[in-house]
Amino acid sequence: MMAFFEIGLGHYLALAAVLFTIGIFGIFLNRKNVIIILMSIELMLLAVNINLIAFSAFMNDLVGQIFALFVLTVAAGEAAIGLAIIVIYFRNRGTIEVEDINLMKG
Amino acid sequence: MILQGLTFYVFAAIAVAAGVMVVSARNPVHSVLFLILTFFTTAALFVLIGAEFLAMVLVVVYVGAVAVLFMFVVMMLDINFVEMREGFLQYMPIGVLVGIILLVELLMVLGTASMSPEVLATGTEPIPDIAHRQNTAAIGDVIYTKYIYLFQAAGMILLIAMVGAIVLTLRQRPGVKKQNIAEQVSRRREDSVELKKVQPGQGI
Amino acid sequence: MYHAIVFLPLIAFLIVGPFGRVLGDKPSQWITCGAVITSAVLSIVAFWQIALGGGDTVKVEIASWIVSGTFDVSWALRIDALTAVMLVVVNGVSALVHVYSVGYMSHDPHKPRFMAYLSLFTFAMLMLITSDNFLQMFFGWEGVGLASYLLIGFWYHKPSANAAAIKAFLVNRVGDFGFGLGIMAIFMVFGSLDFDTVFAAVPGQVGNTFHFLNWEFDIITTICILLFIGAMGKSAQVPLHTWLPDAMEGPTPVSALIHAATMVTAGVFLVARCSPMFEFSPTALVVVTIVGGFTAFFAATVGLVQNDIKRVIAYSTCSQLGYMFFALGVGAYPVAIFHLFTHAFFKALLFLGSGSVIHAMSDEQDMRRMGGIFKYVPQTAIMMWIGSLALAGLPIFAGFYSKDAILESAFAAHTGAGMFAFYAGMAAAVMTAFYSWRLLFMTFNGDPRASQEVMSHVHESPPSMLIPLYFLAAGSILSGMLFVHYFVGDGHQAFWGDAIFMGPENHILEAMHHVPTWVKIGPIAAGIIGIFVAWLFYIKRKDIPVNLAKVHHEVYLFLLNKWYFDELYDLIFVRPAKWLGRILWRGGDGRIIDGYGPDGIAAMVMHLARRASALQSGYLYHYAFAMLIGVAVLVTWYYTTGGGH
Repeated sequence: MMAFFEIGLGHYLALAAVLFTIGIFGIFLNRKNVIIILMSIELMLLAVNINLIAFSAFMNDLVGQIFALFVLTVAAGEAAIGLAIIVIYFRNRGTIEVEDINLMKG
Repeated sequence: MILQGLTFYVFAAIAVAAGVMVVSARNPVHSVLFLILTFFTTAALFVLIGAEFLAMVLVVVYVGAVAVLFMFVVMMLDINFVEMREGFLQYMPIGVLVGIILLVELLMVLGTASMSPEVLATGTEPIPDIAHRQNTAAIGDVIYTKYIYLFQAAGMILLIAMVGAIVLTLRQRPGVKKQNIAEQVSRRREDSVELKKVQPGQGI
Repeated sequence: MYHAIVFLPLIAFLIVGPFGRVLGDKPSQWITCGAVITSAVLSIVAFWQIALGGGDTVKVEIASWIVSGTFDVSWALRIDALTAVMLVVVNGVSALVHVYSVGYMSHDPHKPRFMAYLSLFTFAMLMLITSDNFLQMFFGWEGVGLASYLLIGFWYHKPSANAAAIKAFLVNRVGDFGFGLGIMAIFMVFGSLDFDTVFAAVPGQVGNTFHFLNWEFDIITTICILLFIGAMGKSAQVPLHTWLPDAMEGPTPVSALIHAATMVTAGVFLVARCSPMFEFSPTALVVVTIVGGFTAFFAATVGLVQNDIKRVIAYSTCSQLGYMFFALGVGAYPVAIFHLFTHAFFKALLFLGSGSVIHAMSDEQDMRRMGGIFKYVPQTAIMMWIGSLALAGLPIFAGFYSKDAILESAFAAHTGAGMFAFYAGMAAAVMTAFYSWRLLFMTFNGDPRASQEVMSHVHESPPSMLIPLYFLAAGSILSGMLFVHYFVGDGHQAFWGDAIFMGPENHILEAMHHVPTWVKIGPIAAGIIGIFVAWLFYIKRKDIPVNLAKVHHEVYLFLLNKWYFDELYDLIFVRPAKWLGRILWRGGDGRIIDGYGPDGIAAMVMHLARRASALQSGYLYHYAFAMLIGVAVLVTWYYTTGGGH
C-alpha cells in the first residue's frame, strides 16, 4: 500500500473524499441559514478540483488542470448568482433562516 | 521526501479542520473566514503537487472574489447569531451514518484502485518538463489553441453570471434623485422657455 | 277487419297519450270513445260470423317477431269462437266504460290521460285474447298488468293509491313468474310456442316425466300448474288475491272494466285456451277445482261484513271467479266461459251503478253513511237491483243460467274435488245473495245516515253515465236466455268448433242435464234464503247484525280483516324482504361495495396523498438529504453487487 510519507495519488483522493463529505454534511446538517449551504457547495467543488488536479499530476496530463480551471470559473459564476438570489430573497422575505424557507411545502 | 509528506499532512489536516468549522461555526462571518482558510491550504497543496497556476487562480478568484462576495453578503444581510435549534440532533445520527457510509465507500474504491502503466504513458496533453516550460505557460499553450472555444464559453458564462446578478438585484428606489443625461441633453427650447405677454403694471 | 278490432284502441292511445294535453279534453274523449266503439261494433260482427255463424278459425299473420335459432315467434292473430266471445265481452264493456268515464270523470283535471290509459288497457287485453302463441299472450298479459298499475294509481297524489298499485303489480308478478316458467317449459318440451303446434303435440307427451331433485314430475301436469299460477295471480284466486280489494283505490270505471269484466277473466281465458293441455292432466284439474272452490267460499265470507260498497262488489267478483275456475276444473270449459260472459254484464253493471251511487253521494263510499236514497236515484237503484238479481241467479236473469250450469256440472263430476266445489259453491250462493241485498238495503233503504249536506246534493247521474247502465242491464237480463243454447246447450258443438277441447271421457255437458232435481232447484233456494235473511237483518230487525257482531266478535273481526291474509303475508314476505333489502343496502352495498370501492378508494387516495405530500416539506436540506441517501444506496448496491465492472 502506501508508505506513510510517500504521498501518492490515493492520499490526495482521500483528502478530496473527506472534503466532499464535509460539504455534504454541511448541506443538510445546518440549521442556521442558507449561505452555509452555498459555502458547502463551494467546498464540494473544491474537493472535485483537488481530485482533478491530483489525477492530472499523476497521469501527466494537462487536461485535468484545464478542466479544473473551467470548474473554477463556473463555480464562481454560480456563487455570484446564488448570492444574488439570496439577497433578493432576503429583501422579500426578511429572513434567510433555513427553517423559514418552506414555501414549497406541499 | 519526508518534508513533502509532512507538509502534505499538515496542510491536509488544516484543510479538513477548517472545512468542519465552516459547517459548524456559530457566527456566519467565522464560517466565511474558515472557508477562506480552506481555500488557502488547498492552494498550498496545489503548489505542492506542481499546479501552481491553478493554485494562484484559486487564491485570486476563489478567495479574492468569491469568498469576499460571501463576506459582503453575510455582512450586508445582518444575519443573527442563531442558537442551535432542536431538530439538529434529530437528523444527526442518520446523517452521520449515511455520511460515514459514503466516506468509507469512497475510500475503499480509491484505496484499491490502481492505474495501469499504459494510461500513465498516453495522456491527452502531456505535461512538459518543468525545466522547459513553466506550468502557466504550458496551460496557456493548450488553452489558447485546442480549447479556445471552451475558454470563450467560460468567458461568456462569467458575463452572463454578472448580468444575471445585476438583473436580479437592481432595484429602483423611490425618492432617489438621479440625473437622466439623455433627457437633459434632448431638452428643447419649447419645453423650457415660454414667452408670456405681460401687461405693464400687472405682474405674472 | 281484425286488424281494426285490435289496433284501433292502440292508435287511440298513441294519439291521446302523448298529445292529450295539446288536444284537450273533448277531442281526447271523442277519439278514444270512437275508436273503442268502432272496435266493439266490429267485434259483434266477428262474433256473428265466427261463433254464431259457425265459421272457421281465422288466422291473421301480422309480422315476424323473433327468429333466433329454433325459436321462431311471430305476431299473429287467431280468431276462433272463444276469441270471438271474449272480443264481444272486452270491447263491449270497454266501450261502455269509456262512455261512462266521460260523465264520471267530468270533474277530474286529467281526463285525457285517463282515456288514454283505458285505451291502452283495451289494446293489451285484445292482444292477449287474439294471440296465436304463448309469447304474444304473455305480452298482452304484462300489458294489462301495466295498464292496471297505471289506472289503479291514477290519482297518484294519494299514497294509498300508489301503494295499492304497487301491491297489485307485485302480487301479479308472482303469478307472472309462474306463467313465465310455464312458457319456458312449453318451449323446452315442445320446441315451439304456437298454440296449434303445441296443442297438437300434447297427446304425445302424456305420461312423460322429468327428473328434479330425485323426484319424477309429470310434464303436462307441471306445465299446467305453472300456467295456473299465472292465472291465479291475474284472476285473484287464493293465495294471490290480496291485491283485488285494494285495487278499488282506482276510479270506479277502472274497477268496472279491469277488475270485473276483463283483466281478471284473463286467467279463466288462459285455462280455457289451454284446455287441450289441461284435459290431459287430471291432477292439475283437481288443483284448479279446489282452489276455485275455496276462493268462492272464502271471498263470499269476507264480503259479508265489508262496509265499503266497492269492496263488497270486489269480493263478489273474486268469489264468482272462483266459480268459473272450479267449473274449468271439472272439465266444463264452455260453462265457465258462459258464466264469464254473463258475469261481465252484471258485474260491470253493479260496479258502474255503485259508481253512480258514489257520484250521487258526493264521493262517499262507506255504506254505513248511506241509506234512504231510493227516491232520489230511482234509475240507479233499479239498475243495481237488476244486477243483483242476475248475480244471485234468480230465474230469467242471466246469472240463473250460467251459475246453475256451474253448480250442476260440479255435482255431475262425481269426483271428490267436484263435490267439495259444489258444496262450497252452494254456501257461497247463499252468502252472495245475502251480501248483495245487504248492499242494496243499506244503500237505498231505511233512514238516511248521511249528513244533511250530502243528502241535499243527491242527484241522478247524467245520461253519459246512465246509458251504459241501460245496455248492461239489457245484457244482464237477456244474455243468459238468449245464449245458453249456444254456449252450453245443444248447439254448443257448432258454436265452439275446436276452440275448446274436451277429452274423450269428458261428458260433463251431457251429465249436467241429468242431475237430481234438488241440485237444479238448490241455487234458486239458496238465493231466496239469502235475500230473506238480508231483509230480516237490515230492514225488519236491524239489531240482529249488531248483536251478532258483538257476541261473535272474534269471528266478525276475522272476516272483516279478510281472514288476516294481509297480515300473514306482511309477516312472512314483506317484513323479511324489507329486512333483507335493508341489510343488502346498508351492509352489502354501503359497507362492502361502497366501502371498498369508491369511498374506500377515495379515502385511500386521500390518505396516501397526504402521506406523500409530507415528503414535500419545502425545506431544501430535506431534499438534499433524500438525494444523499439515494446516492449512498446506489453506491452501496454497485459496490456489493459488483455491477458494471
